[in-house]
Amino acid sequence: MDPCVPAIPTHVPEPSRTDPALIRNFCIIAHIDHGKSTLADRMLQLTGVVEQRQMRAQYLDRMDIERERGITIKSQAVRLPWAPTEGESQGSTHVLNMIDTPGHVDFTYEVSRSLAACEGCILLVDAAQGIEAQTLANLYLAMENDLTIIPVLNKIDLPAAQPEKFAAELAHLIGCDPSEVLKVSAKTGEGVAELLNRVVDTVPAPVGDADAPPRAMIFDSVYDSYRGVVTYVRVIDGQLNKRERIRMMSTGAAHELLEIGVSSPEMNASDGLCVGEVGYLITGVKDVRQSKVGDTITAFTKGATEPLGGYKDPKPMVFSGLYPLDGSDYPELRDALDKLQLNDAALVYEPETSAVLGFGLRVGFLGLLHLDVIRERLEREFGLDLIATAPNVIYRVIMEDGAEHTVTNPSEFPTGKIAEVYEPVVRATVLAPSEFIGAIMELCQARRGTLLGLDYLSEDRVELRYTLPLAEIVFDFFDQLKSKTRGYASLDYEPTGEQTASLVKVDILLHGDKVDAFSAITHKDKAYSYGVRLVAKLRELIPRQNFEVPIQAAIGSRVIARETVRAIRKDVLAKCYGGDISRKRKLLEKQKEGKKRMKMVGSVEVPQEAFIAVLSSDSDGGDAKAKK
Amino acid sequence: MPSALPDGEPMPDDGALPQHALEGAGVRLLGLYLHVPYCATRCGYCDFNTYTPSELRGSGGALASRDNYAAMVADEVRLARKVLGDDPRPVETVFVGGGTPTLLDAADLVRMLAAIRDEFGLAPGAEVTTEANPESVDERYLATLREGGFNRVSLGMQSARQHVLKVLDRTHTPGRPERCVEMARAAGFEHVNLDLIYGTPGESDADWRASLDAALGAGPDHVSAYALIVEEGTQLARRIPRGEVPMTDDDVYADRYLIAEETLTAAGFAWYEVSNWATTEAGRSRHNELYWRGADWWGAGPGAHSHVGGVRWWNVKHPGAYAQALTEGRSPGAGREVLSAEDRRVERVLLELRLADGCPLDILAPAGARAAERALSDGLLQPDMYERGRAVLTLRGRLLADAVVRDLVD
Repeated sequence: MDPCVPAIPTHVPEPSRTDPALIRNFCIIAHIDHGKSTLADRMLQLTGVVEQRQMRAQYLDRMDIERERGITIKSQAVRLPWAPTEGESQGSTHVLNMIDTPGHVDFTYEVSRSLAACEGCILLVDAAQGIEAQTLANLYLAMENDLTIIPVLNKIDLPAAQPEKFAAELAHLIGCDPSEVLKVSAKTGEGVAELLNRVVDTVPAPVGDADAPPRAMIFDSVYDSYRGVVTYVRVIDGQLNKRERIRMMSTGAAHELLEIGVSSPEMNASDGLCVGEVGYLITGVKDVRQSKVGDTITAFTKGATEPLGGYKDPKPMVFSGLYPLDGSDYPELRDALDKLQLNDAALVYEPETSAVLGFGLRVGFLGLLHLDVIRERLEREFGLDLIATAPNVIYRVIMEDGAEHTVTNPSEFPTGKIAEVYEPVVRATVLAPSEFIGAIMELCQARRGTLLGLDYLSEDRVELRYTLPLAEIVFDFFDQLKSKTRGYASLDYEPTGEQTASLVKVDILLHGDKVDAFSAITHKDKAYSYGVRLVAKLRELIPRQNFEVPIQAAIGSRVIARETVRAIRKDVLAKCYGGDISRKRKLLEKQKEGKKRMKMVGSVEVPQEAFIAVLSSDSDGGDAKAKK
Repeated sequence: MPSALPDGEPMPDDGALPQHALEGAGVRLLGLYLHVPYCATRCGYCDFNTYTPSELRGSGGALASRDNYAAMVADEVRLARKVLGDDPRPVETVFVGGGTPTLLDAADLVRMLAAIRDEFGLAPGAEVTTEANPESVDERYLATLREGGFNRVSLGMQSARQHVLKVLDRTHTPGRPERCVEMARAAGFEHVNLDLIYGTPGESDADWRASLDAALGAGPDHVSAYALIVEEGTQLARRIPRGEVPMTDDDVYADRYLIAEETLTAAGFAWYEVSNWATTEAGRSRHNELYWRGADWWGAGPGAHSHVGGVRWWNVKHPGAYAQALTEGRSPGAGREVLSAEDRRVERVLLELRLADGCPLDILAPAGARAAERALSDGLLQPDMYERGRAVLTLRGRLLADAVVRDLVD
């Protein structure tokens, strides 16, 4: 039998009238390119909710960037009817809600809310590659949430597949027998029906109090230019009905339910949603910040008094100044961020002015991928050319007089008597072949890391756990990790708090003038090497001027590194005869265009390329990560 | 490989100029440039429009071979006469350049000059120059030129050092150019120039001093000293990235320029253009001064550029295509540009600023005038001349002339 031919069930239960015993809520945990979207596509096809001819690859990934990079940023939930083809529930139509989770390190909180909406999860691992650090981190999150785990190896049709080896690895991780690991090919559809049967058999049905006041948890919130904000919820207790008034419990704000329904995968309005059901609702709000992931929705009248646990406000961890290359594009940049913010509650920004880069915005991100995705969308969808300052973390500075400063821009690091500086720290997990243990430990130590533990996942694969300052990860850590492990290591991290550290601000001065965009906060032991490196690099990038230009790195008034760009002595073409005149005038016009692209730092002309070269090399970690 | 022509608008078939280009021609001087696009071999640094016998073989070059070249150029001189119509001006300067003009018979050069004399007439005291290659002239050749009306010769000496000449692919032996100066004097030439190149890879300060001394010893009344430009597409430009020859540092060029200025000044020469020095005002190249002062000149020959009354045009580059056009009675012009008033102002600044007379401050726009003030305080312009309303470069300013121009044209 062709494994892709849909088995369309009959007597499909309707939304708002579904017996919770027939509901299975699950998600898929997988690494970026391990085939989650293909598997989801196959499930849509096999359950008949998407007809073959409508099928396009990776149906659930909506944004172009997601499709191109093969990653999922925004999740969705799909209601699938499924009558198991074998086992104890054979023939009885169940409702499977597949909740698609964002698969990336920066979105841990969103992942945790998606997991909280489920009773089970499919752990999907590429049979040729084994588990990756981010998948492992999400697996631990699922285990903490007491989810039933269904281990699955995908891509078993690949010649390089090693199903026995990685089945043993998965079995070891979740404590099951290797024979329980399912083997599928999302590409051909092989094993997918068995997988759906297994979901019905092993994932517990949701349990809730149908008679209690309604409580539904928001696990996703998406802005749609036609419908406004579409909010995805899982009903825990009670029932939500159409045209009811609801209340967001974190803010107390009341909204009218304009529409409620389920996606399968197009939006289908229903009379409501009952205990255990997953669906969407539309209230007419225009901004996802009014409908926040993790918040609890209840009825406006006779609503619940206790919200569901686990709600957190999204907190930016990484900051970068974004400046339009052409200063007159500033209003466009602002408008573009306003638009992106409609769909991204974690994106925060405020205006900032740089003496050298002009008007820009200091933007806060959840992490490096988030930064990179936003920057790329600004450039691609809004056609903006941007200079982004090196990403930095947020510092808390306590002065000796007790005053406290929060620093999101290194150039605003306070001067004067500082008592303590606090920096954010993360718990990082690195998975790699065991031959690289030495190289990884060396890197983490150099980055001020503290080893928390080391475990063998299998004979030749190891998991290392470290506490690291987030600032060290932001600064090309991922690139270094990849190059020291020939690309085999994977990384995950989550914020765990803050620590005090001996941090200093290093300023860069050109001809005595401070270049605010190049100021950086570093550990005092690293300030010298940072200064030397940046100063040397600038010496290569700054063209010779009519006068000598000293380039200095300084901590306060103490110079720690210095280079000099010698004055230019010759800038004249030897010959200018009849045939040279037109050529020379045209060259002059071109040079004048080039002069317009120079930024003045005091009296020094600095090409924009120099800013981009210096700043982008420091954010390579972000680029590399997003593309892996 | 010869360098590319500029972009421009097409040239009409009859070569006619817009009426305004000819207006007021009476007060401007007129010169003629004749290009000879032949060389025995191509030098590794050269991107001029010139062709070796092997480069011409089988590419239609036969239409304009060295044998009938003088007749071809005479054809264009007659076309010039037609286009300029009843313009009564005699020719003030004639300059035969290349390429290697002395690859042609001396009689051919004389014949080309005769065509000019016939069509336009030469002004009294007209300057008539030819470039000459030290290994392709002798007493008889020079005597023929002198008798035919040439009175100035410009010799490509380049260097007095064998190893430097070798990098430049120059085949003459050291000492030969100086000998040619002697022969030219003997033949009755009043004015003799020596062209020198500095900053050739492998040349030392001492080599450069030796070249200057050798040149001065020969007694020319004019010296041109050019920094070697590594032009894109030349053999030399390919050899540098391969590490076969070292690239000369800009500071070395600056040092060599200062050595030239010091040595030539000590020998009684004075600079009158960034790369040109002469013993007296009469020794200056009046033809080149036409270029620098916005005068009119007609350039005849493949790839030659012309300027008349704010219209610049240029001929097709290949000798074959050039001959074809003239044979069919068409202008060999490949394209032209009609300069706007602002273009002409910018050209004045960029050309006149290179001269010892400088450019008048009153042609600068307000931003350019402010830049001139800065250049003055930076020591790039001469204070006494500035007081008198002229922007004249100091010695340091001469070395940074392009940078000063970029600021002053604002």
